[in-house]
Amino acid sequence: MTTTAAPRRTPYRPPARMGGRGPLTANMRRRLTILVFLLPAATVLAAFVFWPMISAFLMSFTNANGFRTPEFIGLDNYVTVFTDAQVLRSMVNTLLYAALFTPAVVVTALGLALLLNDPRLPLRGMFRTWLFLPFIVSLAVAAFAWQYLLDPQIGLLNYWMRGFGLQIGNVFQDPALAMPAVAMIAVWKTFPFYMIVFLAGLQDIPPSLYEASRMDGAGAWGRFRHITLPLLGNTTGFVVVIATIAALQAFDQIYVLTGGGPYRSTQTVVMQIYQSGFKDLDLGFASALSYVLLVATLILGLVQFWLSSRKAEAAV
Amino acid sequence: MSTTTLASGTSALSRRIAPALLFLIALAATLITLLPIAIVIFTAFKPTAEVNAFPPTLLPEAWTLANFERIFTDLPFARLIVNSFVFAGGVTLLSLTFDALAAYVLARIDFRGSRILLIALIGSLMIPFQATLIPVYQLVADLGWINSYAGLIAPRAADAFGIFFLRQFFLSLPRDLDSAARVDGASEVRIFRSIVLPNAVPALVTLGVYNFVNNWNDLLWPLVMTTDPEMGTITSGLTALTGPGGIIPFGVMMAGSLIALLPLAILFLFLQRRFVASVASTGLK
Repeated sequence: MTTTAAPRRTPYRPPARMGGRGPLTANMRRRLTILVFLLPAATVLAAFVFWPMISAFLMSFTNANGFRTPEFIGLDNYVTVFTDAQVLRSMVNTLLYAALFTPAVVVTALGLALLLNDPRLPLRGMFRTWLFLPFIVSLAVAAFAWQYLLDPQIGLLNYWMRGFGLQIGNVFQDPALAMPAVAMIAVWKTFPFYMIVFLAGLQDIPPSLYEASRMDGAGAWGRFRHITLPLLGNTTGFVVVIATIAALQAFDQIYVLTGGGPYRSTQTVVMQIYQSGFKDLDLGFASALSYVLLVATLILGLVQFWLSSRKAEAAV
Repeated sequence: MSTTTLASGTSALSRRIAPALLFLIALAATLITLLPIAIVIFTAFKPTAEVNAFPPTLLPEAWTLANFERIFTDLPFARLIVNSFVFAGGVTLLSLTFDALAAYVLARIDFRGSRILLIALIGSLMIPFQATLIPVYQLVADLGWINSYAGLIAPRAADAFGIFFLRQFFLSLPRDLDSAARVDGASEVRIFRSIVLPNAVPALVTLGVYNFVNNWNDLLWPLVMTTDPEMGTITSGLTALTGPGGIIPFGVMMAGSLIALLPLAILFLFLQRRFVASVASTGLK
């Protein structure tokens, strides 16, 4: 508090009377504010998230195709989802994609995060910036770049690999290699995201723990196994879950590169939803398949919620 | 800073070798990571003969802008650029506004029903947009918004994650700031605009970057929403160049890809910290 009087003081103005403006009481004004503030977001979410959820559920029991009046057909669409060989194939493919993508992206991201977190690495900031760059590239553009690099005739990477005696042919036309290839493109595009999450987790580990273990004579591997990995456990679990959720939604690079082929070997659930819903106009069936995706994601989401509440507990 | 170490060793020799070794590993990882971006940049400036030449090279011998000229004739590319800015920019501005308003109420005002709203919000965080794609498309079609900016933007004009993220941030701002103003009789609109918002700039920029990048790069939504080639975005428009069979015009594609990359690269140059923060905070949701 200063003791000198302020030379230019604004004249005293009494606070506005409660509910000063117009005939509204303070309480009504407060309620009006809440309503006005919430209304835009609530409208958007109600119309484009909550209503579609209900609508997709209802549609999944009909034979809606966008033209005729939908008829109720009971569980037929769900029976198709779980018995049709092609649909089951798309689910197996999605799981295969997740099995390829998730471990690869977790290992890549963790390895690079450990590297970037090592104080002995010179120019850490520069490397972090460069390694972050794929994050800003769209999956579609990533797909174009890799398609050119891996082109069997004029691809630079293909040419270099042949120099090392590696003949891989046209990966996107090869039923055995197409899926690993599209998963690898997603690994390249998304590892920076998970790397940053790991880096944040690594920086939460108190350095004193490492010093103590060094004094106890633990080697680098010992420190990694007994300090880094256990303390990073929650972060890792969390990354595995969000990477798997992302894997269930695989679409972009597959649409660009293979269109689900060759021989449906890269046909994922979202590709199937896209084709059934927007090409075949089998909206009822596509909605049923959407709900399977939704339930699978919700289950993973609950695991994530459980992990993060455990993380919050650990932090307390 | 923690001190995880990859290689062990305390001797003087390994102390000098370790940084060099780590540097080489990091350099190799960086070069492999940047190769696809480099191929986009350099191929964009190659004449067609060099693009399709064998053996392939990374750098162009004769630099040319022909691919950039062709992308504007092969596709309505100028229009696609405008569309991308309107779509990603529109979604970003609208959702920041709507999310911030809702988040402010949820964080700062106690009212009946706020708990239920919050639970509904957290529940909807887990709904993947792909799962509701068909009914959302139908709704937009019923509104007559296919091939329009309204159709592209409206479904994303608010999002649960943004509201939740800003609510958490607003909760972290000291309450004394606004309770003093409230005692003085300031309206909620005033507190929101002149006290809470100015203090939330870092969070708003982080969320804005997150929204802009995601929508700029999105493929599925503009792909299903637009049947008119004039109404697509750069990302969805470029996919029209590929297709089963036929020769892929890689040079033209890379020129288009480079233009698609440029705005985000510039944004990244200026807002690097916000990009990293946007990842770290989405990772922590």
